[in-house]
Amino acid sequence: MRAAPTLGARLARTTSARPAALLLAALALAVTLGPPIGRGFGLDGEGIDLLHRLQPPGWGRPLGTDELGRDLFVRLLEGGRVSLAVGLLGALLAALAGTLIGLLAAFARAPLDGLLMRVADIVLALPLLPLLVVLAAVDPQEIGLDAELASSAVLDVARIVVLVAAFGWPTTARLVRAGALAILAAEHVRAARALGAAPLRVALRHVLPGLAAPITVATTLALGQVILGESVLSFLGLGIRPPTPSWGNMLTNAQETLWQAPLLALWPGLLILATVTACNLLGDALADAADPRAAAGRTARGGPSRWNCGGAG
Amino acid sequence: MGTYLLRRGLETATSILVVAFLLFALLDLMPGDPIDLMLAADPRLTSADAARLRALHGLDRPLVDRFLAWLGAALAGELGYSRLFALPVTEILLPRLLATLALVGTSLAIALPLSVLLGAVAALRPGTRLDRAINLLAFLAFSVPSFWLALILIVVFAVLLGWLPAGGEPVGPVVGLADWVRHLALPVTTLTLLGLGPLLRFVRAGLLEALREPCIRMARAKGASTARVVLRHALPQAAPALVTILALQTGGLLSGALVVETVFAWPGMGRLILEAIQGNDYNLALVAVLLGTVATLLSNLAADLAHARLDPRIRPG
Repeated sequence: MRAAPTLGARLARTTSARPAALLLAALALAVTLGPPIGRGFGLDGEGIDLLHRLQPPGWGRPLGTDELGRDLFVRLLEGGRVSLAVGLLGALLAALAGTLIGLLAAFARAPLDGLLMRVADIVLALPLLPLLVVLAAVDPQEIGLDAELASSAVLDVARIVVLVAAFGWPTTARLVRAGALAILAAEHVRAARALGAAPLRVALRHVLPGLAAPITVATTLALGQVILGESVLSFLGLGIRPPTPSWGNMLTNAQETLWQAPLLALWPGLLILATVTACNLLGDALADAADPRAAAGRTARGGPSRWNCGGAG
Repeated sequence: MGTYLLRRGLETATSILVVAFLLFALLDLMPGDPIDLMLAADPRLTSADAARLRALHGLDRPLVDRFLAWLGAALAGELGYSRLFALPVTEILLPRLLATLALVGTSLAIALPLSVLLGAVAALRPGTRLDRAINLLAFLAFSVPSFWLALILIVVFAVLLGWLPAGGEPVGPVVGLADWVRHLALPVTTLTLLGLGPLLRFVRAGLLEALREPCIRMARAKGASTARVVLRHALPQAAPALVTILALQTGGLLSGALVVETVFAWPGMGRLILEAIQGNDYNLALVAVLLGTVATLLSNLAADLAHARLDPRIRPG
């Protein structure tokens, strides 16, 4: 199970991993450093300037302006900051929840194990978006948050992160459970348990280190899915709400000016597509590097897209 | 088989009940209950009136009591009224359901044979340029934001080329088949392209595995044509996995339909759910979402049973 030391080396040999990782790194760098640099050049992604609405790309505005006269280039980077942050937080929370539940199932055995895995199956099968539409409409004040916090941008982010994690944990949980059961069956782990090692110690010392690779794979794939999910929810007006930009809600506005400025609809979507593609490529490459045997005869590792039309996790 | 059927049936029924209860409980957490909305509409109502109205409609009773009352009525076919449309919920649901079925059914009817064709082409020549191109198509279908694909199709075919309407349903005194085709073309294309992703991957993987079997070499040696080898010998072996994928896709298809119907203003169930939530019409939203959930869980149950039929190895008990 000690795949970790050579993981990086094997990863470097796969063709798609490097461009995907480079693209993600470049995007992260651009959305972190871009907005302040853009402001340094006098580009404004927030101030409304109705005299310069829907300007074409040109000198001083690399991609033109949006329907309120804000600089599209800076706004794309600022939106990317939100979208990537939500993706990262959501994927990490889903991975954390999935790991804990998967470990619990593996250690608990029947009947809790069976129950947890059935729940995981059912959550994976549920119609994600219709349920999220209902859940996102819950009034935060009704669950005891004060009015100021309830209308803040922080809450928008927190809501999406919690919602996607609530539906995203089963993929990781199943991987973690399967991996943990395999490790628990190994001779040295059985010996450790026979010598009286506490379950927590076994989990931390023996099981978790061996699960680093599958958890990383699941988190990377989840990152793309969460970014996709955030964009859909924000596009529908149920995620990040304006004036805070995200790639999803920028497309809501773009739809309204589709006939005057079709290019506005191009950029945010291209960035989402590029980011999600990079995450999926990197996740697949990581999976192949972590388990080369499976890669050689790889058959049906179905994609995890539940936001589009996918199914299997 | 009998006990398996019973166990899976009970599981499905329990899941439906749990989801129904959770959705029902959520309604309490929505902004503005019906009485609040009445208060907002009529300033003469006092808080005593509101309390009396709440008691009259049973809104002051415990959650579990209200849920059981609602469930009893729902099982008797009494689904209540929609506030937004001022109509019985059942009357609103039927045409919306048909519109969604038309959209989803048409795109599945295209996506399924198309994915078998492309998957077979890819699986017969693994590693070639054609195989890689087909894989790329499946990969992009996984990664593309559904609503953006819809917007781009509108930009290309409605804004730039002007060939097709950007959305809506055919209206007018005489609506012919051609009108329906024109209005369904873009939404169906979007949903088909999105659905191709998982289907293609699974068909290709399933066929690739099946084509390695000795019986395939035997069939080839006896002179069977490629088409016959794929359709008669390889595809039936890949069928159980395909059935599972199709069923697991029901939930995803509903998610896809919600987005596609919203972007193209198609009057289906998905858009209805969004409209109901935005219009504070929670009874309608509850019924519509629950209907989608029931359909999804039942199709999963059907797939499990079909799978057990098709593949004797997994038949338990």
